[in-house]
Amino acid sequence: MARSFAIKHQPGFSAIAATCFVVLYLPIIVLVVYAFNAATSTSEWGGFSLKWFQSASQNSQVIDATLRSFQIGAIAAILATIFATMAALATTRTAPYRGLTFKYAAINQPLMVPEIVTGVALLIFFSRIKIFTGYSGLGYLIAAHTAFCIPFAYLPIRARLENMDLTLERAAADLYATPWQTFRRITLPLLWPGILAGLMLAFVISLDDVVITEFVKSGGQDTLPTYMLGQIRRGITPEINAISTVFLLLSVAIVTLFFFISRKRD
Amino acid sequence: MKSGHKNGVIVPEQPGRSAIEVRGVRKVFGTGESQVAALDTVSVSIRENEFFTLLGPSGCGKTTLLRLIAGFDFPSAGEILLHGQDIASLPPFKRPVNTVFQSYALFPHMTVAENIGFGLEMLGKPKTEIKARVAEMLKLVKMEALSGRRTSQISGGQQQRVALARALAPQPKVLLLDEPLSALDYKLRKEMQIELKRLQHETGITFIFVTHDQEEALTMSDRIAVMSSGKILQVGTPWDIYDKPAERFVADFIGETNFLTAAIANIGNGKARATLKSGATIDATVAEGFQPKDNATVVVRPEHAKLTSGKGELSGMVENIVYFGTDTHIHVQLDSGEAFTVRQQNTRSAGCGFERGDKVGISIGNDAAQVLRD
Repeated sequence: MARSFAIKHQPGFSAIAATCFVVLYLPIIVLVVYAFNAATSTSEWGGFSLKWFQSASQNSQVIDATLRSFQIGAIAAILATIFATMAALATTRTAPYRGLTFKYAAINQPLMVPEIVTGVALLIFFSRIKIFTGYSGLGYLIAAHTAFCIPFAYLPIRARLENMDLTLERAAADLYATPWQTFRRITLPLLWPGILAGLMLAFVISLDDVVITEFVKSGGQDTLPTYMLGQIRRGITPEINAISTVFLLLSVAIVTLFFFISRKRD
Repeated sequence: MKSGHKNGVIVPEQPGRSAIEVRGVRKVFGTGESQVAALDTVSVSIRENEFFTLLGPSGCGKTTLLRLIAGFDFPSAGEILLHGQDIASLPPFKRPVNTVFQSYALFPHMTVAENIGFGLEMLGKPKTEIKARVAEMLKLVKMEALSGRRTSQISGGQQQRVALARALAPQPKVLLLDEPLSALDYKLRKEMQIELKRLQHETGITFIFVTHDQEEALTMSDRIAVMSSGKILQVGTPWDIYDKPAERFVADFIGETNFLTAAIANIGNGKARATLKSGATIDATVAEGFQPKDNATVVVRPEHAKLTSGKGELSGMVENIVYFGTDTHIHVQLDSGEAFTVRQQNTRSAGCGFERGDKVGISIGNDAAQVLRD
């Protein structure tokens, strides 16, 4: 069949793309396959087995760390989403003014400042507070996670707000709705998909964090990622593969849900 | 003869109570050097139960004035009275005034019925009353069958009706319409023009209608205010505006017209004698209270002049003939160098009777000319 000339076609690009995909996904596929390994080593195949999934599910440290991850993730995501919603409303429902761009940048600070710097800074800052107050609970981790989750919640909410027709709110005000009623009955319902998307993104980001958590956590406050990091230092068993596989499925599930929610735009 | 409007009784010229009174309103945007006056000391009185139109090109300030009346913006100076009470500083949700938006601004997450009931709900009306009123409104705009639909599931014309019903449901003192027909196609627009007139008549609510479409303004309004550059140039009935334009801008913006330079004499009783460049002298009307100088511009509408192969007040040569179906426009180059267009009604049996290059005369009717303030 005669092919028509395609201006976008560049020789070699398909090969490069294929290589990229292999490099991206092959290690993950290997990791998942070895989660079903019956042997104790991650380097030799000893037949198919689910025993590592079973052993992980009975490991109290794993369960403990998972629950802690969920707890921190849920609270931090909810707080970050509330702050992000307020910030998004404040930065879009206004005429552009001098310093607005600076505010965007300030809100997105965690995207620009290297995590390690934030980690060290929080370690020093929180250790002082710990000395003063004597409190050493999960509050520090939740505060830290909330802070770095805000920009991830902020971006989809702001995007949704910017696409929203201001005339709708004006129409509500014209029809005797007070500013609060307008927000409650018009802005919030229309903003909801953006808020949900922000919430999920924030949750996934919190769940996944290692660097800042590693610096901020006190003893016995391992989250799932920091627990896994600790385990690897002591030598790897396929149990880590099993945990990683479950973690992977969970992340994919949440991101897929996020995709469907954000796509659902009237 | 064009005295039809004198017998027309469509507009009662009695001085009714005013619904909206705009007094010396200024609206300035920006600060310092970049300051722009969107409204430059505008005063106008809009009567109760009137279909009043703000007409002008985009950027003339008509939408700004509407927004000030609705409360989406506040005037820099001046007063806006609603039945004698100053509302200029009230927020929109405290004004008994509702708006039909150009984009309709229907709430996409609500049904047609919920949209229409929203205003009443916000006013805290009991559920049974809201239900009855919504049903009444649905009937008024003939949308009963679609009350449960989402607003994204109905056509543009239907959305327009819902927007109207939603704004009328709380029985506002004044209904503001911001170019509501501009998104509709030609046929639907014509239908909605009639529909709007019917609704205004049936509800007895004062309508303030904003448009840049002069035809729309002429066909629908009781009175029109023509605006340009933040000022109101002339307020009057469609006949006043069309037949007795006070200024060049008004004459030019509304319909087509011919401008002729003339020497003016014998001014009095709202009339004058105008001597055209051709030497012919015709009667012309003069705007009330205006004292023209010796030289002024007079306007003659293309349909108020007649082309003859003999002699007329003007003479020239046919330059172009344009066929429009209902009528034909004949462009004539006058001997004085000025351009003049004559509009001639078409018949089925005969052509227009003239050809390009013909030497022709133009006779101007008895009551066809108006002296402009310029």
